[in-house]
Amino acid sequence: MTGTPILRLVDLSKKFDDLRAVDGIDLEIYDGEFFTVVGPSGSGKTTLLRMLGGMDQPSQGDILLRGERINDIPANRRPTCMVFQSLALFPHRSVGQNIEFSMKMKGIPTADRRARAEQLMAQLHLPLDYYDKNVAQCSGGERQRIALARALAFDPEILFFDEPLSAIDYRLRKTLEKELKDIHRETAKTFVYITHSLEEAMVMSDRIGIMREGKLVQVGTPDEIYNKPRNKFVSEFMGEVNIIEVQKATEDKLECPSLQTQVVGPSQPTGFNSGHLVIRPESVRFLNNSGSAENSVEGTLYNIYSLGSRMQYQVRVGTHVFLVEKLREQGYEGELDDVVKIGWDARDSILVSD
Amino acid sequence: MASPAAELESRAVESSSRWAEFRAWITQPGVLCSTPVLLLLLIGFLAPLLVVVGYSLMPPRTFDFGHVPTLENFISIVNESYYRSFLWAFGLACITVVLLLIICYPLAYGMAKLFGHWAHLLTLLLVIPLFVSENIRLFGWVLFLIKRGVLLGALESWFGIGADSMLYSVPAIVLGLVYVYLPFTLFPVMLGISMVPRDVTEAARDLGASRWQVFREIELPLAMPGILIGAMLTFVLSLGSLAESKILGGQAVIMIADDIETAFTFGQNWPLGSALSVLLILLVGSLVLYVLRRLDLDEILGRR
Repeated sequence: MTGTPILRLVDLSKKFDDLRAVDGIDLEIYDGEFFTVVGPSGSGKTTLLRMLGGMDQPSQGDILLRGERINDIPANRRPTCMVFQSLALFPHRSVGQNIEFSMKMKGIPTADRRARAEQLMAQLHLPLDYYDKNVAQCSGGERQRIALARALAFDPEILFFDEPLSAIDYRLRKTLEKELKDIHRETAKTFVYITHSLEEAMVMSDRIGIMREGKLVQVGTPDEIYNKPRNKFVSEFMGEVNIIEVQKATEDKLECPSLQTQVVGPSQPTGFNSGHLVIRPESVRFLNNSGSAENSVEGTLYNIYSLGSRMQYQVRVGTHVFLVEKLREQGYEGELDDVVKIGWDARDSILVSD
Repeated sequence: MASPAAELESRAVESSSRWAEFRAWITQPGVLCSTPVLLLLLIGFLAPLLVVVGYSLMPPRTFDFGHVPTLENFISIVNESYYRSFLWAFGLACITVVLLLIICYPLAYGMAKLFGHWAHLLTLLLVIPLFVSENIRLFGWVLFLIKRGVLLGALESWFGIGADSMLYSVPAIVLGLVYVYLPFTLFPVMLGISMVPRDVTEAARDLGASRWQVFREIELPLAMPGILIGAMLTFVLSLGSLAESKILGGQAVIMIADDIETAFTFGQNWPLGSALSVLLILLVGSLVLYVLRRLDLDEILGRR
């Protein structure tokens, strides 16, 4: 995705005493895109978002909104709005009053406020008779929608989301993720979202930035992140994959100490010495009865898990435990402790640095 | 169908099950734990209160209960201008509460949100004087304010400025009340302010509210339980205060507690003192009940 940058961060840093929570971030966020920052807890993503929203001051660097430096503009005068992790609904106000808060602060007449609030409630599937309801009596999903409606009522140019879905149960989260993506398309506003779940980011985002120890490790579309993870950290973030430590053996062969064998890998970058080989569980095949693969190893089957539509197998090879995933109907028929032969092709593996 | 024997048996079962219910109730940890304090309140609080109510209905200057109940004492409170000391007490208590809220809100805000670990030191500094008797602290103020005392003496000998002492005036009483009851306003207000979540005020600000709007729309209403408790505590304590008006006020004004004391001691008129007490208790009690009905104590103490 390309476009005009709405937000540009230049060498943005935040220091707390000796800790560099955010460490020299350069980034452009485009007008109307859904950008997600993914990182483990303590990676500085919340601090980054708080600086963008105006709740924290950068120690160094600039934040440019449409080319204008906004470092010193306080949160209440930035055309941005945050949906907090806690949602930060006003407990002493009704649903309607929560949604109308920003309009009340601007001095918009009561009737107009109400009309806009009801419009937003309809858009976000909130029953209209919730208008006078106490926010404390609303369910988790409803509270999410109220918080989003309240932020949209402010009519910001950019919406920030600080892991608002982290406390929601799985099924509802999946629904809300998709709804959020719909809202993004309907409003055509810029969304900057942070989460610790790459899976969540993949569902919603146009682009994803992976953050680690205050730095952006990789920025790219979900496809780029999925297919070309830059290093082991990014690959690990994708959930359950096989990551095997490798060293250069020959120009096209790699030595795997944990498997005590050599494998054919993808083409090695110049100057490659050692790194990790990433193989997706669904790219690994069982080779016992038929079939062949460029690389094959033998091991013992030591666990079988049902994942619903798919089956997952753990195969111990040397000191490494391989994960293999198959669709249920194509599952491997066998017993635990069977000696099995598994294999994969070189083009299904990705070579990453440490 | 039910034979007499069976009926008797079922009654026995019923009474034994009631006994079991009572035992289950009485042996609950909550009930057991509160028994000592309930007994203490019964003997030490409710009984004297009943005695006072009883005396308030006896004829003036009697010392036993063997008389026909009468409302004479209450009538004489209105007729003999005792209402003045009531008004003084109420007025000074109101002024004290207002002044303390103005002083304490910024201080409490700082202690709850800004001062960090310095807040602990400040708390300590404010609490330590409470270990010294109130009278002694008030006499300290007398030494400070008296003619040729610490303040005026220093002004006169160093700068040659002569001024009249503010001692034995209404402002001196207010000063004493504000000084003595500061912690009783400060700490509840601080608790109230610390109950306002940071991200809620941040969210309000993010939604375009100015500092003043955040204060009016978010902080003040959310801190209100603490503010009300602090104000109520200070009001009730000031209303019943005696030492401030006596030590710092001299005879400038007479507050209700002073009148009550006089009636019981010099006046030797227990029924009148009792009637004044009963009236004060009724006024304060209805105020406290009114405020408490509007508050959720569970929420303040963080049980929800």
